[in-house]
Amino acid sequence: MKYKSQKVAYWFFALSMLLLVLQIVYGFVMGFARIGFDNLHNFIPFNTARAVHTNLLVVWLLSGFMGAAYYIIPEEAQKELVSVKLAYVQLISLALVGVTAIVGYHFNYWEGRKFLEIPRPLDYLVVVNVLLFLGLILTTLFTGKRRTTTALVLSMGLLFAALLYLPGMLPFDSQVTDSFFRWWVVHLWVEGVWELIMGGILSFLLIKLTGVDREVIEKWLYVIVGLTFLSGVLGTGHHYYYIGVNKIWLVVGGIFSALEPLAFLAMALFAVNMYRKGEKKHPNKLALYWTLGSAIVSFVGAGLLGFAHTLPQTNLYTHGTLVTAMHGHLAFWGAYAMIVLAIISYALPNMTGRKLYESSRGRAAFWLSNIGMLGMTVAFGVAGVAQVYLERKFGMEFMLVQKEISIHFVVLILCATMFTTGIVLYIVDFYKHGLPTDEALEIQE
Amino acid sequence: MLSKKQARAFFLGGTLVTFLIFIGLTVYSLSSSTDQTNHENLTDSVVRGKEIWESNNCMGCHTILGEGAYYAPELTKVVDRLNIKYGGNGEEVIKSILMSKTPWQPNGRKMVAYGMTEQEATDVVAFFNWIGEIDLNGFDRIVSPLAKDKINK
Repeated sequence: MKYKSQKVAYWFFALSMLLLVLQIVYGFVMGFARIGFDNLHNFIPFNTARAVHTNLLVVWLLSGFMGAAYYIIPEEAQKELVSVKLAYVQLISLALVGVTAIVGYHFNYWEGRKFLEIPRPLDYLVVVNVLLFLGLILTTLFTGKRRTTTALVLSMGLLFAALLYLPGMLPFDSQVTDSFFRWWVVHLWVEGVWELIMGGILSFLLIKLTGVDREVIEKWLYVIVGLTFLSGVLGTGHHYYYIGVNKIWLVVGGIFSALEPLAFLAMALFAVNMYRKGEKKHPNKLALYWTLGSAIVSFVGAGLLGFAHTLPQTNLYTHGTLVTAMHGHLAFWGAYAMIVLAIISYALPNMTGRKLYESSRGRAAFWLSNIGMLGMTVAFGVAGVAQVYLERKFGMEFMLVQKEISIHFVVLILCATMFTTGIVLYIVDFYKHGLPTDEALEIQE
Repeated sequence: MLSKKQARAFFLGGTLVTFLIFIGLTVYSLSSSTDQTNHENLTDSVVRGKEIWESNNCMGCHTILGEGAYYAPELTKVVDRLNIKYGGNGEEVIKSILMSKTPWQPNGRKMVAYGMTEQEATDVVAFFNWIGEIDLNGFDRIVSPLAKDKINK
């Protein structure tokens, strides 16, 4: 750690970990409901559990991205954060808005629009919160000693993520146009600007961990985010095939979303090659595991599994089935959850001065969570494919099909238990690091 | 060999061009000559139905237009499907489920008892009927095997 103000990142990471645990709890509520144990239905019906599960994912990832920015930007700009106090204000207000939204979901207080369930009044608070965050980050960056590509790409991703939140707040009377512009937020976030954030964090980590020249890493960063946008923006069309808009999207969405895996392939090759090229043997192997793991798993989850159902001919049958849940889980895990866990693994020893990265607990956390998530993905995939055949090909009724495939959710719960064990070990490691301290300033990274 | 400046130009140029095309296609697909969103048949009742649909987060269990949570049945063409199953009384069945004060449990999977008024239930049905008339590029037939049989007859 080079700057005192970087310590604020710790609390964003801690909030992330807390929300991740809650997200997993609600995931289990849904998993058990699917195999017939929905005893909590009166307090947490499935739609509540679902909204909480997906919204907590968004909030803990955003909190992780914000923590990453508070850690990375001072170091890249070579300047203390302009105001640590305001950063804490932003953290507390983020937590308050998040908690209010989550509690509200238990009392039928929501918007009921997939992924964007936060009620409108809270939306405005999110906007204020994010503006404060961006103000702090951008002022630090533009008054700093240097403006690196890594910092610019990361900040650009955060800025565009904020701007793209706005189309989701437009009111529409038609379900079709409502859905159309909802994807401007959801798709252009996760298959667009969030990848800038991921790319920025990945680039920072690779520079630190491999010792490869910054100019080389940042050049390829541009190529990768370029490929991401080239395919991802028009790839939005894969959400428009069957929601009631023109057939032109079948062609455009089909072609460009088929190109989307290329961006993820490039990112995986880039990360692995930089690691091979690197002469620096950074002792924090755990951070390296998570960093390379993120690049590789995101290619499999977001790239390959996305491609598996993105062509219109396939999507006609898989649209609105558990096949989407299969892709969604591994994609979010690989691309975003793992990169947040990577930056935490890297930053934590630097902020606290405790180098716990040699422990077997950390490696067990990595492998258990990854193997568990892979098992969950397979369970969702088998259930999804069976659903497609039984319901869409053979015309069985939805609920009868659900009974047939419920066994796959037993497998899902078993794999989720393994995954959770990994996450618990990660959090034990987090806790064992203790609190950030100024004494860590003197320690060489 | 590619320079960093060229890589940046590729990123900025590619993003700008694809985003402009994206905006153009959005305008094209929603303009009146190519619009297929069934916008002209939106009534006050349909809009109220959509508000009820959203304020109760129905999408948190069901899917509509293939979007939702995959826990409860797809509701695109639901009136058609239930008409076939219940001898033309599809709308009445839906309304009775929505107005029920006790939880509905088809095959053991529970639905929240919303206890809606007659008017609210009618609005939700109007919303389903409006959804059922949208041209979905073929998905309407795939998603609803019973409706598909009806179309094939």
